[in-house]
Amino acid sequence: MADTTTAYAQSDPHHVRAVEYTGPASKRIVTGYGFWIFILSDMVMFSAFFAAYAVLLGQTAGGPSGAQLFDLPNVAIETGFLLASSFTCGLATIAADARNKFWFQIAMAITCLFGLAFLTIEGREFASLVARGAGPTRSAFLSAFFTLVGCHGLHVSGGILWLLTMMAQVFAKGFRADIQRRILCFALFWHALDIIWIAVFTVVYLLGSAA
Amino acid sequence: MNILDPQGPIGAADKTILIDSVAIMLAIVVPTIVAIFAFAFWFRESNTRARYWPDWEYSGRIELVVWSIPALTVILLGGVAWIGSHQLDPGAPVEGTGSPVRIQVVSLDWKWLFIYPDQRIATVNTLTVPAGAPLRFELTSGSVMNVFFIPQFGSMIYTMNGMVTRLHLRADNEGDYQGLSAHFSGDGFPDMLFDVHVISPLAFPDWVAKTARSDGVLNEDSYGKLARQTVEHNKPTYRLDDPQLFGAIASQMIAPGPGPKITSESAQSYIGASDAR
Amino acid sequence: MLGKLNWSAIPIDQPIPMITSAVVALGVLGILAWVALKGHLPYLWHEWITSVDHKRIGVMYTLLAMVMLLRGFADAIMMRGQQAFALHSNGYLPPEHFNQIFSAHGTIMIFFVAMPFVIGLMNLVVPLQLGARDVAFPTLNSVGFWLTATGALLVNISLVIGEFARTGWLPYPPLSELTYSPGVGVDYYLWSLEISGVGTLVAGINLVTTVLKLRTKGMSLLRMPMFCWTTLASNLLIVAAFPILTATLAMLILDRYFGFHFFTNEAGGNVMMFMNLIWAWGHPEVYILILPAFGVFSEVVSTFSGKPLFGYRSMVLATMAICVISFMVWLHHFFTMGAGPDVNAIFGIASMIIAVPTGVKIYNWLFTMYGGRVRFATPMLWSIGFMVTFIIGGLTGVLLAVPPADFLLHNSLFLVAHFHNVIIGGVLFGAFAGYTYWFPKAFGFRLHEGFGKAAFWFWLVGFYVAFMPLYAVGMLGMTRRMQHYDVPEWQPWLMVAAFGAVLILIGIICQIMQLVVSIRRRDELRDRTGDPWHGRSLEWATASPPPVFNFAIPPDVRGEDAYWAMKRHAQPQDVEKTEPDYEDIEMPRNSPTGFVCAFFATIMGFALIWHIWWMVAAGFVGAFATFVAFAWRDHDEYVIPAAEVARIDRANLAERGALPGTAGSA
Repeated sequence: MADTTTAYAQSDPHHVRAVEYTGPASKRIVTGYGFWIFILSDMVMFSAFFAAYAVLLGQTAGGPSGAQLFDLPNVAIETGFLLASSFTCGLATIAADARNKFWFQIAMAITCLFGLAFLTIEGREFASLVARGAGPTRSAFLSAFFTLVGCHGLHVSGGILWLLTMMAQVFAKGFRADIQRRILCFALFWHALDIIWIAVFTVVYLLGSAA
Repeated sequence: MNILDPQGPIGAADKTILIDSVAIMLAIVVPTIVAIFAFAFWFRESNTRARYWPDWEYSGRIELVVWSIPALTVILLGGVAWIGSHQLDPGAPVEGTGSPVRIQVVSLDWKWLFIYPDQRIATVNTLTVPAGAPLRFELTSGSVMNVFFIPQFGSMIYTMNGMVTRLHLRADNEGDYQGLSAHFSGDGFPDMLFDVHVISPLAFPDWVAKTARSDGVLNEDSYGKLARQTVEHNKPTYRLDDPQLFGAIASQMIAPGPGPKITSESAQSYIGASDAR
Repeated sequence: MLGKLNWSAIPIDQPIPMITSAVVALGVLGILAWVALKGHLPYLWHEWITSVDHKRIGVMYTLLAMVMLLRGFADAIMMRGQQAFALHSNGYLPPEHFNQIFSAHGTIMIFFVAMPFVIGLMNLVVPLQLGARDVAFPTLNSVGFWLTATGALLVNISLVIGEFARTGWLPYPPLSELTYSPGVGVDYYLWSLEISGVGTLVAGINLVTTVLKLRTKGMSLLRMPMFCWTTLASNLLIVAAFPILTATLAMLILDRYFGFHFFTNEAGGNVMMFMNLIWAWGHPEVYILILPAFGVFSEVVSTFSGKPLFGYRSMVLATMAICVISFMVWLHHFFTMGAGPDVNAIFGIASMIIAVPTGVKIYNWLFTMYGGRVRFATPMLWSIGFMVTFIIGGLTGVLLAVPPADFLLHNSLFLVAHFHNVIIGGVLFGAFAGYTYWFPKAFGFRLHEGFGKAAFWFWLVGFYVAFMPLYAVGMLGMTRRMQHYDVPEWQPWLMVAAFGAVLILIGIICQIMQLVVSIRRRDELRDRTGDPWHGRSLEWATASPPPVFNFAIPPDVRGEDAYWAMKRHAQPQDVEKTEPDYEDIEMPRNSPTGFVCAFFATIMGFALIWHIWWMVAAGFVGAFATFVAFAWRDHDEYVIPAAEVARIDRANLAERGALPGTAGSA
């Protein structure tokens, strides 16, 4: 094959001295890459909800505005739980890399509990808003608020379902290569949710309360 | 309804831009199309006289020309677009002879309501205007989105509930024309054609006076009847008691028109959206 | 118990949908019965329905597109028929019916014909051109296809159970809100697109990852075939734009189902926001469709001119420029909404700027022909037809980008003619060119050339006869979507247009004949070399059809037009060379995940439309269980032993004969 190499070079008229491209990437890289692209697409979806929120911010239809509704200390607590859950998720990833089933399951369980705590607090916030007549059908602003924050909450709920499935998988089959790839994807997802929450927390609650 | 036969300055200017833009582009497009046929024909496989350059795939000079032609065309047209958009902004007033006529337009399902607040009259599906006078339209919708369009007068504009859009036109020649809605709005949409009568500015006050003697009165009640989902085949005219009626419609103090009557159970919404109002 | 569903949902009093549904149902049942009786069901299940092979999935996407083309075209010819005769008359289609037909026509053509067609071609070809064994995520690929099929199925169910949307192919509020559209039509539309949108997004993620991470050794980005560049650009657009569609339709769903106020007239809803959001998706969408078609033309024109593509790097630059700029022009779809002169002018200029890279591409194809030896096989005819037609469509598009011109022509039949000009002349001609060009690769025999040429000429002439009159009637003031009209000047043009639709119908019949005749005469049309067109890229280095693993040995690429280089530089002594070292190949196992998941998605979609909440929950549980079952697999791959790989490869090489340098593997 070597004698044809120089001949082939003539078909590269630009003689581009490209970094020698060595071929397809490994499965782990391909999986992670694809999942990153998915996360980017999910962020685009969230940005559409953010845009709707920004447009409808002032459309309270004579009803309450954010400043009148948001309970910042409550939000701080749920934020604390979510951020902490990201930390414990990181611990779970380390345990998975070290192939330590015990600490993996513990870390995942705590992540799950923190996530559920976040959802509980958020659920109670939503319920109390609805009870006060500030539900999503009250005004366009509230529709946008419930949708943006609720969409994040739905993602967290889906994440918890996924988390429990991963715990079950590791319990049943250990740290097989494909399960490791899924743990990687799950961790990426969970951390991405945290990033989105920072944005939500800032744009919706902090900026909304300052208005 | 030929847009190439404008009857007012806005339509004429729109048409000029249209023709000029097409001409500029044809100057590029026609030679390109000729070249496509010419190259394909000359370099056909059976033509042994044509040179075959199997490795020729780049020429800096050709690239320069090939990027420049569209770029220059776009720069030229971009200038046309910038200047034209500003000169022909629908919200920019048009000059004319005589005092401006203010017309408030409400698109309904499936008819057009024209309110003349200064003259205290209103008409449905007929628009009568004096030739040469500046026409100031304020438009809203009583229900869904529509587009107000008189092709021979010029630009069209959307109508939306809860908002007011503005349009300025002028009709220069007397005659009878037609307008329509240029945005699909439901089952009765095709019937939203309306007549446009351009009459002499001397005859206009007479027409106003005659219309002001109409039997019908336009108020919230009669408006409510108009707002129901029907096609209007007659062209009723009204006296206008309350000059603020349009404002009330546009600000949603008068609620938007209702939708279709629900005829069967299966069409009921499950979680009632109606209690969200 | 069954939500809103009851017997009155079946439109027994409307003959057209009832007869159509009966015919379709009989046809489908007939085919199923024939397949089952002939014992083909196991083959279908194992080799196609559960396949995760990109080649098979690509074929299924294309088949879906072509079947839905028949449905979408039926809608079209009904509309042309109605409008040809509806002067001072109600025609034969009452408004409720006509309005569903134009809505279904647009929805089906964009989402279930154009999208699957280009995604199918990309799926079939790109891994082969990259020298890869499959796409990055084969099972996900299957999921994506079947979810798209679910969307198509739901739209077709609306014909016989309930109704379809009557709001156009984009459901502008407030007309699409519950107040003004209380029936299930808009819900059919919304759920069908939400579900198939997931499928499309999945395809987008898959193809981006494939192009960026799975190229064979030596194939740097600037050595990829042009079709792979346009695939990359198009799928980046899918990943960036489709989530906006998902979000926007979700907002409308929330309005309709839960009484939210995103776009309602009351409580502060904003219909202008819908326009902005939906077109922020909608404009990239049309570039998602056209870029792969541009890629097809790059491949076809260079192959059938016997020359490399002119100005390759320029084309790459132009493609990526189109990709980026397509996100900056969306407002030109509603210049007349009153945004003001500055905003209108800026978006108008941006829309014109995107014509620059497009123009560059046309010129580069032109100069690819220059100095070449042009062969007028069917794919090349489609390409030349495209070049001329698309330029005209582009002209009218740049015209519409000038706001004052748009103020006269927005929403008119001039606009309708423009976008059909670019979509038919661009996307559809490209899809047909690609279909004819790559058919032998997929199936091992060529398509009948005579019927192919006939189909081309009927489509080309039919297109012009059908749509040039629409430019004229748009300039006479006619707006779109009119079920009847009272302006006599419009009718002659509409009658000519209807005749054009009949010509296109003949073109479609030619294509059906072409397929039938080609299958019957497949032995005469057999392609034994794997390279029937003297191709330039790696897919022609494989057998037709390629083995499941595509390449026995991944090729080592040294420049552009990798296969052409291999052919030219192979020396006679290469024929004597020793066999390569064959190795075991791991391939993904077939899986019913995609099909089963789509089955549950169909159930969920139908239940959501008809408000059958327990069924929604059941469908969701089923879908989740399917994923868990998939995740629980212990064996997701199977091994093809080296000896088997060697046997297959030797057989393929032998069939190629002693053509020097047409090695099946590098």
